[in-house]
Amino acid sequence: MNAPNESGMLIDGFRLKRIIHRGNMSELWIVTRGDISMPLVMKMPMVTRGYDPAAIVAFEVEQMILPVLSGIHVPRFVAAGDLAGQPHIVMEFIPGISLRTRLADAPLPCAQLAAIGGAVADALHDVHTQHVIHLDLKPSSVLFREGTQQAVLLDFGLSRHDRLPDLLSEEFDLPIGTAPYIAPEQTLHIRNDLRSDLFALGVTLYHLTTGERPYGNPTTVLGLRRRLYRDPVPPRALNASCPAWLQEVILRCLEVNPAERYDTAAQVAFALRHPDQIELTARSERRSRDSLYKVARRWVRGVATELDAQQSAREDLLRAPIVLLAIDLAQESDQLSDMLRASVLQLLNANPKSRLACATVLKTSRIAMDAEVDAAGQNLHLKHLIALRHWAQRLAMPAQRVTYHVLEAPDAAAAIVHFAQSNLVDHIIIGARGSSKLRRYLGSVSSQVVAEAPCSVTVVRLPGHGSAEESMPDC
Amino acid sequence: MKIALLADIHANREALAACLQHAQAAGAERFVFLGDIVGYGADPAWVVDCVMEHVQRGSAAVLGNHDAAVVHAAPATMARAAREAIEWTRAQLTPRHLGFLTSLPATLSESDVLYVHANAWAPRAWEYVLSSTEARQSLLATPCAYTFCGHVHEPALYHMNRNAQVSGFLPVPGTAIPLGRQRRWLAIPGSVGQPRDGVLAARYALFDTASTALTYFELPYDYQAALAKTLAAGLPPNIMLKSPRLAGDRR
Repeated sequence: MNAPNESGMLIDGFRLKRIIHRGNMSELWIVTRGDISMPLVMKMPMVTRGYDPAAIVAFEVEQMILPVLSGIHVPRFVAAGDLAGQPHIVMEFIPGISLRTRLADAPLPCAQLAAIGGAVADALHDVHTQHVIHLDLKPSSVLFREGTQQAVLLDFGLSRHDRLPDLLSEEFDLPIGTAPYIAPEQTLHIRNDLRSDLFALGVTLYHLTTGERPYGNPTTVLGLRRRLYRDPVPPRALNASCPAWLQEVILRCLEVNPAERYDTAAQVAFALRHPDQIELTARSERRSRDSLYKVARRWVRGVATELDAQQSAREDLLRAPIVLLAIDLAQESDQLSDMLRASVLQLLNANPKSRLACATVLKTSRIAMDAEVDAAGQNLHLKHLIALRHWAQRLAMPAQRVTYHVLEAPDAAAAIVHFAQSNLVDHIIIGARGSSKLRRYLGSVSSQVVAEAPCSVTVVRLPGHGSAEESMPDC
Repeated sequence: MKIALLADIHANREALAACLQHAQAAGAERFVFLGDIVGYGADPAWVVDCVMEHVQRGSAAVLGNHDAAVVHAAPATMARAAREAIEWTRAQLTPRHLGFLTSLPATLSESDVLYVHANAWAPRAWEYVLSSTEARQSLLATPCAYTFCGHVHEPALYHMNRNAQVSGFLPVPGTAIPLGRQRRWLAIPGSVGQPRDGVLAARYALFDTASTALTYFELPYDYQAALAKTLAAGLPPNIMLKSPRLAGDRR
């Protein structure tokens, strides 16, 4: 039995300053080391307090996964000590507010909810692109960086990296997760579906919307598995001010079959940022739980057995890209329009889970606010939106796969790049304009997008409008 | 220190050269040859020379069943193609080569690591580690935390927790996998010179003793040259060279 940790103690060169959390599984200490200026926190599993194999393996998993994660949505890994000595993980200390503290304020106003949900979905998507599924998302594992809207994910002890061995896979007979948040497939020991994290996000949003947990806090395996056949009370039945779109998003995240949820966290973030674009289904209007007859049928059929697990988080993301089609309604010729449509269709048809966002830029003056109404008295924004929908009609895509956006900005390229950044777009398709006269003064939008976009860009160009013109210096 | 793990070279000069070059560029300071240095391939003398040179400079090698068959006699149970290759190989080697092969130990343990060709429970019986069951048997037969072996030509990684539960994992080339000290590991880097899974690539792995991270590699090499030499030598064209698929096609 080791002596309890005390402030002032030195562990592997780190000086313990003060304890900030003492739980059943671990202790968190603020620590310092002379050569590191960033604030640090040391996490120590409680292996000495009785022998808890779950705590040890979770610690092993976190020690393996945290060092390979990077970016603003995870704490930076600094050092680790294994079980031979005092086991610990040292990471960047991030000052901020735990999402857990917001539960007390539930129900939250829906604009705040959408912002929180979008931020958490951004963080999940970032981690998913790094091959990791969190598998224990809950309010206490989400931190908002002080003074920002950036969500940081903590506690990767139950996570899975699709290129590293899953140390938890055959370890325990019991489902691994946190009871209120665990996805139905996790109760069946499926640990390789990134959509399990979307379920947990749905539970979190449900809780923040209604002040209640959709599945309670069951303490038995049978209780956990109830969510395989019993649907939750629809949020609007508990909170009359919950809009239809929010219920649509929440209940879609809570679908029992992962295939009926969103495909990616990026899609959830996108929906929450564009509520007016959400295709409302019967989910959004539900006011009560399913009848017992329906539940009994589901139970008998054993929905569980139909669950189809995915293989790799990263590959799933590649199959479900968000494609942004940037259209210049004023400039695109019929021919170029046809080519743009053909390119878009190639990409969408190759990936049946992909989404298309059609966007056009409505230029506003840099100096004065533009009049919202044109000379003929028409609302310009609406006019553009109608034109955009008309343009995209010929793609003949199902409504739930396409959204429309009129971006009002003085700089078209910057607006497109910004939209791509804030909506986790995977691929931009844009037409290269043939007429160079205008471009000579304005600069090529497509080349600026290519240079600055955070993702892949396909530039569609009419034959014969090639490089000679394109290489003209922009003024 | 980074240790390159090279198993089942099977006298494939082109594949071995590709691995050694890659390992040197990746900072390997030590090379451990996990048996089956010869057998099947057309360049036994060159390959044994190469291994001997490395061993003289401080690297290490263990004995494989094909190496044993060359210096003793091919067991009756060995496949006909393999037996023919053994006879041919013996004729290509000098007494110096044969002496070197004879001197190879069946196992080698250094600090916490066991090197062996087939398995730890009966190193000279040449049984394969094909699943978690055999991996468990092998891991329980050694006190070492890390076992590196070959014999099975496809890359694999097994880990055992303190309750002796074993799980298997299919490694992805190029990913550094931290082999935590909280459990025991058995790693098969895959065959350098004779792939059997249809991917015509040379496999090896690099173990970093400082971080205890293991990285598997799958390298392109001139397998057509290796095939041409094998055919020219009158050797049975082996399984590795039958597949039309190229390295990387699997994913």
